[in-house]
Amino acid sequence: MSTAAAPAEGRLPSVVAAGWSRGVVETVMFFRERDAVVFTFAFPIILLGIFGSIFSGTLEGGPLTVSQLYTAGLIGAGVMSASFQNLGIGIAVDRDDGTLKRLAGTPLPRSAYFLGKIVNVLAVAVLEVAILLAVGVVAFDLTLPSAPGPWFTFAWVFLLGITGSALLGIAVSSLPRSARSATAVISMPFVVLQFISGVFIPVTQLPEWLINVSSLFPLKWMCQGFRSVFLGDAGAALELTGSYELDRVALVLAAWVAGGLVLCLTTFRWKSRRDG
Amino acid sequence: MTGTAVKVSGLTKRYGDVRAVDGIDLDIQSGEVFAILGPNGAGKSTTVEILEGYRDRDAGEVSVLGVDPGRPTRLWRSRVGIVLQTSNDTAELTVRETVRHFAGYYPRPRDPDEVIARVGLTEKAGTRVRQLSGGQRRRVDVALGVVGNPELLFLDEPTTGFDPEARRRFWDLIRDLADDGTTIVLTTHYLDEAEALAGRVAVIAQGRIVAEGEPATLGGRATAEATVSWLDGGERKVLRTGAPTGAVLELTARFGGEVPELTVTRPSLEDVYLGLIGSAPPEPRTERTVPATVAGVR
Repeated sequence: MSTAAAPAEGRLPSVVAAGWSRGVVETVMFFRERDAVVFTFAFPIILLGIFGSIFSGTLEGGPLTVSQLYTAGLIGAGVMSASFQNLGIGIAVDRDDGTLKRLAGTPLPRSAYFLGKIVNVLAVAVLEVAILLAVGVVAFDLTLPSAPGPWFTFAWVFLLGITGSALLGIAVSSLPRSARSATAVISMPFVVLQFISGVFIPVTQLPEWLINVSSLFPLKWMCQGFRSVFLGDAGAALELTGSYELDRVALVLAAWVAGGLVLCLTTFRWKSRRDG
Repeated sequence: MTGTAVKVSGLTKRYGDVRAVDGIDLDIQSGEVFAILGPNGAGKSTTVEILEGYRDRDAGEVSVLGVDPGRPTRLWRSRVGIVLQTSNDTAELTVRETVRHFAGYYPRPRDPDEVIARVGLTEKAGTRVRQLSGGQRRRVDVALGVVGNPELLFLDEPTTGFDPEARRRFWDLIRDLADDGTTIVLTTHYLDEAEALAGRVAVIAQGRIVAEGEPATLGGRATAEATVSWLDGGERKVLRTGAPTGAVLELTARFGGEVPELTVTRPSLEDVYLGLIGSAPPEPRTERTVPATVAGVR
C-alpha cells in the first residue's frame, strides 16, 4: 500500500496529493472496519437479496417485476448509505476519537480532509452500485438500458444525489454526542427515510402526509430518478403522477447540494463537545 | 539551535467569568526541555493549547518559533510536533501504514521506519494500532509527533497510565530527542517525571505562574529547612533546621559516633509543589513541637 503523498524534497505536499493520500487511507480503514462494512456497505446488498427473493411476482400484472423495483430503490439507498450514513457516522467518530484534533495539529490542509472523504465516498458508492447492479442483473432479471439517454440520467442523478447526501451527512455528523451514539443517531432516521421514500414500500401505497415528509429529502427523488433509468417508460405509470418528474428530481437534488453546503459551512465543528 | 523557541507575555484567556489563564509570561529557549506543572483546571492545558494553535486567546503576546499560533500556517505546523493526551484514531491501520501516511504531510519528514525503530515498535510495525497495548499506542502518538522532524515538540501528559518500566523507556526516548536539539514542552502530573526530564519547570495555579526555575532549586527547595531524623532510645526524633550539618555534628558527638537510623532530607519537589499550589504538604507522622537545637529534643 502506498499511502505517502511523496512530496518533492523540502516542499509541502499539494492539497490534491494530500487529499488523495487521505482518501486511500480512509478507504482502507473503511473496509477493515467490520461495523462500516456490514451496516453501510453490505446492508443494501443483503436487503436486495432478501426482498428480491421474497417478492418474485410482477408489479400489478405489468411487465415489470417487484425485484426490479427493489433494485432501483436500493441503488438509491446504497448511494445514500455510502455518502450520508458513511460520513454522518464516520465524521462523528473522527471528531470523538481524536482524528480531527490530531489532523488539525499537522500541516494537512483542512480541504484535504474533505477531499479524502470524497474519494472514500465515491469509491464505496461506485463499488456498492456495481454490486447491486450485478446482483440485479444476474439474479433478478434486471435489464440494463442500452441507450445513452438513461445512462446520462443515471450519471446526473448519481452525482447530484451523492453530493447532496454527502453534504447532509457532514452536517448531521455534528449531532451525535459521541462515537458510541453515532450509529444510532444517524442510522435511525436513515432507516425511517428509506421506508417513506419508496425504497421498501412503493410510494403509491403511502399516505399523502408521509410523502410530503419524504419529498423534503433527497432519497425519494434519487430513487425516482433511478427508477426512470432501470424501469423505463413501462414503470412511469406506477408513479404517483404517472411520470418520473425528472425536472423536479434535478431541482430538489440541486437544492440539497446548495442547502447542504450552506448547512455544512455554518454548523461544522472541528472540536468534540468535550473539547468545548 | 539558539534563541527563543516560545515567548509569551501577559497571556489571558477567559471562559465566561472564569479567568482560566490570568496573565502568564513564559520564555522557553531553543533546545530546552521545559515542564509545565499544575493541578487540573489550573490553566495548564489551556495555555499549551493556545501555544499549539488550537485555541484563541483573549489578550497577550505569543510567539512560537517566531510565529503567532493564533494564525497558524501550514509551514509553521510542519515545524511543530504535537502529542495529544488520548486518541484512538487509525485503529485499523498498521503502525507502519500510520507513520508512513503522516510522514507524507510534511516537507522534510524523518524516515518512517527509523522513527518506528526509535520508539521501539519495529517488532509491532505490521500490527494494527487497535491491537497495541496502552503504552505501545502512546509510542505511536510520539512517532506521529516527531515524524515531521519538528523543531519544537509538545507532549501533553505523555506517560499517564504507564507502568514504571514503560515510563523509564519513554523517558529515554524523550532524552534522546532532546539530545538531537529538539525543544520539548512537557505537561505532566508526575513530579518525578518533571525532575527526570526537564531543565526548567513552571508551576501554574489558578491561571498564574507561581514558581519557575530548575527542578532542584524550585521554590527555594535547595535552601529550605532540612528535616533531620534519628532514633533515640527506641523513640523517633525529628528536627527541622536550617543548619543540618551542625545538627548532625552535635548528634555525632552525643552518640560518640554512629547516629541510629539517621536521615537528613530536604523538601521533595512534590512537597514544594503542593506548597506552591496551596495544598500544604502532609506533615511527617512523628512531627511534634520542634525545639531549636538537638539538645532540646529529649
